[in-house]
Amino acid sequence: MAFFLETLFGGLMVGMLYSLIALGFVLIYKASGVFNFAQGAMVLFAAMAMARFSEWIPKWLGFDNKVLANVLAFGVALLAMVCVAWVIERLVLRYLVNQEHITLLMATLGITYFLEGFGQTLFGSAIYKIDVGLPKDPVFILENTFAGGVLINKEDLYAAAIAAVLVALLALFFQKTATGRALRAVADDHQAAQSIGIPLGRIWIIVWSVAGFVALVAGVIWGSKLGVQFTLSLVALKALPVVILGGLTSVPGAIIGGLIIGVGEKLSEIYIGPLFGGGIEIWFAYVLALLFLLVRPQGLFGEKIIDRV
Amino acid sequence: MRKTGDVVLDVRNISLSFGGVRALSDISFDVREHEIRAIVGPNGAGKSSMLNCINGVYQPQQGTIALRGRTFRHMNSRQVAEMGVARTFQNLALFKGMSVLDNLMTGRNLKMRSNLFMQALRLGPAQREESEQRVFVERIIDFLEIQPYRKTPVGRMPYGLQKRVDLGRALAMEPQLLLLDEPMAGMNVEEKQDMSRFILDVNDEFGTTIVLIEHDMGVVMDISDRVVVLDYGRKIGDGSPEEVRNDADVISAYLGTAH
Repeated sequence: MAFFLETLFGGLMVGMLYSLIALGFVLIYKASGVFNFAQGAMVLFAAMAMARFSEWIPKWLGFDNKVLANVLAFGVALLAMVCVAWVIERLVLRYLVNQEHITLLMATLGITYFLEGFGQTLFGSAIYKIDVGLPKDPVFILENTFAGGVLINKEDLYAAAIAAVLVALLALFFQKTATGRALRAVADDHQAAQSIGIPLGRIWIIVWSVAGFVALVAGVIWGSKLGVQFTLSLVALKALPVVILGGLTSVPGAIIGGLIIGVGEKLSEIYIGPLFGGGIEIWFAYVLALLFLLVRPQGLFGEKIIDRV
Repeated sequence: MRKTGDVVLDVRNISLSFGGVRALSDISFDVREHEIRAIVGPNGAGKSSMLNCINGVYQPQQGTIALRGRTFRHMNSRQVAEMGVARTFQNLALFKGMSVLDNLMTGRNLKMRSNLFMQALRLGPAQREESEQRVFVERIIDFLEIQPYRKTPVGRMPYGLQKRVDLGRALAMEPQLLLLDEPMAGMNVEEKQDMSRFILDVNDEFGTTIVLIEHDMGVVMDISDRVVVLDYGRKIGDGSPEEVRNDADVISAYLGTAH
């Protein structure tokens, strides 16, 4: 039982981090109807900026304080992501107003390659580390209930808490503020949104900035776990089954989807894995997503699209 | 007969083409304050193109459009919206996933002054502003008699009512000039009567000037003050409903000429 719980918690923690990346997809999809292929590249770019600036800034300014360095680096990296959002609107999105969604999707594919290349040119292509001082030591809980207790990684616990708070704030922002409402309006219909005076450009900059912020948080957490390297952009692929499961238009869906995938892949690895000779953690999420597409293509919480004929 | 005032919208020599296709050639007409001005014509006559020029969606290659004396040539829909022009769409362009209330609230966007951070932090002024705008929107919902649907996602409503929401969203902008692109397309007689009543009431109660495209000649004759007739991108008639109805060119465009 203790082992089951340990696996379960482990899955939940990883799932929370998947949610964080999935959230980036959902945000941009909700606000512009675009499936943003570049989300993974944005995570990588943000994490590289964070890693390098936390190294450079103390050198430039000549101080030696890790907390301050991290705070400043986070600020600068965030600024960089806002700049990226601004440039994307200026050079790409502005010219694609009222175009088919597929055109915008292709544009984000282009942005992906650009960001990956540009990031490595700017920050170098070695493996860097981010150390924001998350405690690495494991803790044991429920020691009274089970012999030896349940082992939990403290770092994961913090990461999950951060992700949860972020997700809650974003959900509120989308549902309860006038700007959130304008964001949803733009997602539904560009032309109608413009006709009632919603400034498309500004909305896009806001949403890409928010997605950049989410990418940065995801990048920092993943980066401090795995190190900052090119493969980080591939973690984003794990977010695809999450959004399929949760629904592309739903913020809560991204969270629940992430948790289901996280828990699902850990538990399946342990309990069904041996039947297939192990290693099913890698593909379990995609199979689950495939099944969902067959049964419920809009995802758990997505909006059901009813086309009148 | 309504009392109409000065010219608020002056369209001069507008020509618009898409590649080699001439959608509009040399169209001129004016719209007076508090007037209901209809644009009619057979399919493909250029009615919607005309409306889209006024709304800033298309940029005409020639000619000028003056709104309350201010001439513009290169403006996008958003800038036109800021000048007090609202519109509805021929094929509904509502925010389908959002409730009726939210759809109408987006129409208040230009009236909102609080910035992103005030809203995000839920500061007093932002909250107060939200409830003020909400009061206004509730009045429109009452006016259009869609109270039972306030929280319903628009995509699930019957077509006739969606058309009403489209009108409501435009009204939420408190427009001085309202452009209606076939507000009664696809409606049954009863729905058409309702919509005609709403249009007349808007014109009456809020004093809104209205430019409307409509196919149903009965409706046009009933509610409009003056009518512009387009055919193949040219203006072939302009005047009161009676004048237009008896115009030889107009009759031949609609019924064909006797050979």
